[in-house]
Amino acid sequence: MLENIPQDYYLALSAILFTIGTIGVLTRRNAIIIFMSIEIMLNAVNLTLVSFSAFMGDQAGQIFVFFVMAVAAAEAAVGLAIVLGLFRLKQSIYVDEVNIMKW
Amino acid sequence: MELQSLFFAFLAIFAIASAVVTIASKHPVKSAMSLIVHFFSLAGLYLTLNAEFVSIVQILVYAGAIMVLVVFVIMLLNLGDEEKLKLKFNLRFVFASLFGVVLVFQLVSAFLVNPDVINVLPTASLKIGTAEAIGKELYTNYIIPFEAISFLLLAAIVGAVMLAKKKID
Repeated sequence: MLENIPQDYYLALSAILFTIGTIGVLTRRNAIIIFMSIEIMLNAVNLTLVSFSAFMGDQAGQIFVFFVMAVAAAEAAVGLAIVLGLFRLKQSIYVDEVNIMKW
Repeated sequence: MELQSLFFAFLAIFAIASAVVTIASKHPVKSAMSLIVHFFSLAGLYLTLNAEFVSIVQILVYAGAIMVLVVFVIMLLNLGDEEKLKLKFNLRFVFASLFGVVLVFQLVSAFLVNPDVINVLPTASLKIGTAEAIGKELYTNYIIPFEAISFLLLAAIVGAVMLAKKKID
């Protein structure tokens, strides 16, 4: 079994992946790519949870990852339905062209 | 020992590279394909942590269900390359990369300066990641959250159908 990789490496990798996801959310205009960046951020958090669960020998982290995945699946279904509705309304999914909720 | 470090480095580089391609490529289909690579490399990383169940569920749910949904929507909308935002793009990119550098510096330094972190995977991690152990825990101690999440999924499915269907009136 794997015994020589310290937990720091997993946590640092997770931090880097979370930052990449954040940059994606901030710079892109395509709603579907913003959505995928959010998935990258969720996966980075999952990696942190699993690494703590494994290194602490506690099962709760992996159970929590299971719930995060279920919420991500629900979010995917609703989010993509919203993107479809947006495209039907505006013929565009670029988030800077959408201002129907602007006051 | 050497081989395991090599495996971790390979998966980590693959995960970071595919994440970068996901947020940087112009066409959404390219992004989706590299996101699938990202999900598979994370499943491999979960295997290095002895989390078998999470690794399999990662492939089934993310690479299977969610990415099928994403690719289906991309195909349905028939999108082209994303043209650049003319004026605001540069400012936005500078701001985002500045923010990213600060964030990664904060997070990585918070982890790396901490000297008393656990370095060896305990043998208990071999037992807790199996489907049997997770299932036992999920259906005894976590039965209420499990049922609640099934209601959430049902509500999300009904909501998605309601949002995506055409107006009847």
